[in-house]
Formats: sequence, C-alpha cells, structure tokens
Amino acid sequence: MVAEVEALSGPLRVGTGVSVSGVRKAYGDVVALDGVDLRVAAGELVAVVGPSGCGKSTLLSLVCGLEPADAGTVEAPAAALMPQRDGLLPWLSALDNAALALRVAGASKAAAREAAHAHFVRFGLEGFEKARPATLSGGMRQRVAFLRTLLAGRPLLCLDEPFGALDALTRTQAQTWLAEALAREPRTVLLVTHDVEEAVLLADRVVLLSQRPGRVVSVLDVPLARPRARTEQAVVELRERALAALGVAE
Amino acid sequence: MIPPLIVLAVLIGGWELICQAGWVDPLLLPAPSAVATSLWEDRAILGPDLAVTTQEVVFGLLAALVLGIVLAVAMHLVPMLDRALRPLVVGSQAVPIPVLAPLIVFALGFGLAPKIVVVALICFFPVVVNVADGLRDVDPDARRVLNALGTSRWQRLRFLEAPSALPAGFTGLRIAAAVAVIGAVLAETAGSTAGLGHLIITANAQLASARVFAATALLVFEAVALYVLFSALERRVVSWSPRTVS
Repeated sequence: MVAEVEALSGPLRVGTGVSVSGVRKAYGDVVALDGVDLRVAAGELVAVVGPSGCGKSTLLSLVCGLEPADAGTVEAPAAALMPQRDGLLPWLSALDNAALALRVAGASKAAAREAAHAHFVRFGLEGFEKARPATLSGGMRQRVAFLRTLLAGRPLLCLDEPFGALDALTRTQAQTWLAEALAREPRTVLLVTHDVEEAVLLADRVVLLSQRPGRVVSVLDVPLARPRARTEQAVVELRERALAALGVAE
Repeated sequence: MIPPLIVLAVLIGGWELICQAGWVDPLLLPAPSAVATSLWEDRAILGPDLAVTTQEVVFGLLAALVLGIVLAVAMHLVPMLDRALRPLVVGSQAVPIPVLAPLIVFALGFGLAPKIVVVALICFFPVVVNVADGLRDVDPDARRVLNALGTSRWQRLRFLEAPSALPAGFTGLRIAAAVAVIGAVLAETAGSTAGLGHLIITANAQLASARVFAATALLVFEAVALYVLFSALERRVVSWSPRTVS
C-alpha cells in the first residue's frame, strides 16, 4: 500500500494539458464566461488574471469537471483543486488534512499519513502534524492545503486564488514555496489570481480576462528564468503591460 | 458554575421567605425547606420511581437518536424523501402528546414500551432537523475539493458531511434531553404503575404538595443533568468547534 501511495505522489505526472475552446457559462441571466479559449501545455503554469467577478473561479470549476459548460468544449486531465479559502476540514489534524486525497483514493490511514508526512519538513510543517487547522497560521494552512492538492497525484493542479486571503508578507513567502514545490514536483498548473505581479512571478504565460462576462483580452508570455524577483526590470515591465491590457493605468 | 448557583439560591431563598411569611397556602406552594424534607424522608418512594423514569428517558432518547440519525441521513441522501417526509416530521411534533399517549398506552400496555415510544416521539424531531441541516451545511470550499477528487456519495458523507453535522447533532440531542423528561411524565400520567409522573398523580390526590414538588425537583435535576452530560460529551467529541473551545 505504501508503494502504491508513493507512486501516486511520484514526480513528473504532468499528463496531457488543458484545452478550453469557445466556452460559455451563465447562471440565470448572469453570463460568467463568454467565448473563452485557453490552452495549457503539459507541465506549463498558466495564470489567469482578471477583475473580481470575471468568472475566474467558474473557469476552474469547468476545468475540474465540477459543472458543465453551456457551450464550447473543455478537455482536461484529472485535476486537484485548491480553493480560495483553504477548505481544510476543521476536525482533522494538519497531517490528516494533507493526506485526505490519499485516503479518498483508498489508502489506509497509516499509509496516507506516512506519505503526507514525508513532505512536512520541506513545507515547514514539521512539529505541526497533530495541530488542527484553527490553530495554524494562514500561511501554514495554505501550505497544508497545497500539500493536500499535490498529494492527490493528479497531473493538473487548479489553484483558485490560493494566496488571496494572506497578508502581503506571508503571500510573498507563499509564492516562493509554491515555486520551489513545483520545481521539485512538476505539474500542469492553472493558477487563478487577481494579483498581476503574482501571475508574472509564477507563470509561464499570463491570460488576462475582461470584466464579466469574462473574455480573454490578451495572453502574455513570461520567458524569464526562475527564480524571479519582483524587482527585476523584466518582471516590472510585464506587470505594467498586463495592467495596461486590463485597462488599469498606473 | 457559580452564576447559576447564585440565581438558584436567590430564587429558593425568596420562595422560602414568601412561604415563611404565610402569604401562600402551603398546600398550593410548599416551602423549599418542606420540599427538601420530603426529598429526604420520602427517598424510599422517590428513589425507585426516579429509576423507572430515568430508564424511560434513557431508552426513549436512544431510540430517538438512532431513528433520528437514520432518517436524517436517508432524507439527506434522497432529496425526494426529504420533501416527502419533512412535513410529516414537523407534524409529528405538533401532535398533542396528551391525546396520543393514552392511545399508545392502550396499544402497548402499562409497561416500559409505551413510555419509550412517547419519549422517542417527542425527542426525535430536534434530532432529525438538526442532523439533517448539519449534513447539508458544509463548507462549500471543502465540498468543491472533494467533488474535484471524484469522491463517491458515501465518501462525501463519511469524510465531510457526517463530521460537519456533529455539532448540530449535539444541539439536537441537548434539546431532546430537556424535553425527554416531559415526554416520560406525560406517558406516565396516561397510564402507569411507577415512575415520577405516576408518583406526582398519586401525591396530588393525597394533597402531599411537598412530595409533588420533590418529584418535580428530581425531574428538573434529571433534565439538567442530561443536558450537562451531553454538553460534556460534545466538548470531548467536537473538540474543533469554536463553541466548545472555552
């Protein structure tokens, strides 16, 4: 069982990539997405940026197969979702929360814990295995939530504003460990954020969505080496270009 | 623990003063000291009746708990069943027990069975409603995570909904504990040979007001004791809930 669990969380399970074409999704009279096209190559990290309420979370729901599109097609490999608020289960310890996806996949409690614990040191969670989410800091909660997402062993990770609720300092740290974790365990990643800088720091490409109904305004390539610093000239320039494309003058 | 004791002391003290002053007929309202005397002197009568009533309450509560949880889970898993049964569940609470209890006694006799049925009937509503609502009101983000993982219906119930429903379930159980005692007494007044409700009827007929109040005091104590017991149990089981973190 342990071997099976390790295979699940093994490296380089990047799968096939994501293809979204002409997707439309409405809730009653509210059109969330209209004619959205999006490609994420296997192993690529694509950030989707847009103003609040532009249908970013809806896009992730469609890619994760949580709801069907009204029109258009969505092709995506099996995905694991990291929601905006961590979605940790308050009655489980940090370790059991991280191991949840393995438990759901049928691993025994002991095997799932063992597999999850192997990552605790690297994520700076050692010593907090038995802590309940309510007693963890916001940054630690996000790390547990990300670990749970990673351990699902899915080729695609859908991150829905993972650091939106964190303070600026913690968010900076979170972006660093996310980049490091993905360097260790590559996945195809679709990252939704309202933070243009975060997108430029982390992504291979940045997709800019318009106000509701969400449409793709522009796609920016980020051909910069990692790790990137927010003060780099190229990062600053790309950030300004993205903001300009979104119609935000700075 | 101290504040309720102070309130109790003031209430009992005031009551004693009113009785000592001779403002009320002791036949109508015996003094607390008279009730206390009766509690002690009639302990050979009160004790066995308390045991009988406690048995009815405990078994009735257990029956309500088991049936209530089974029904709530069934209603949760099958929305059609929820729509079909919810009016009946609410209606069951509106049936006046004094009307129903004699019929149940008539059908099941003077023993333990009709009391368990009446207690369960009264207690089952808060259990069903609270558990059913608790199963439904889960963290939407956690639900999205589990749905994206492709969990089965059973897994969502086991990993997400059932633990989420525990605090609400305990709320239902604590409400049930308070009303269970009423149910037992109502069932006993409809027809019985023992129990505190039975004792109250006979003591009333003998104009033994102090004994009536002594039996009532025991009933109140029993309800409070059950409530405290379930609260303590909740603190142990639902140790993550903000309500239980003191």
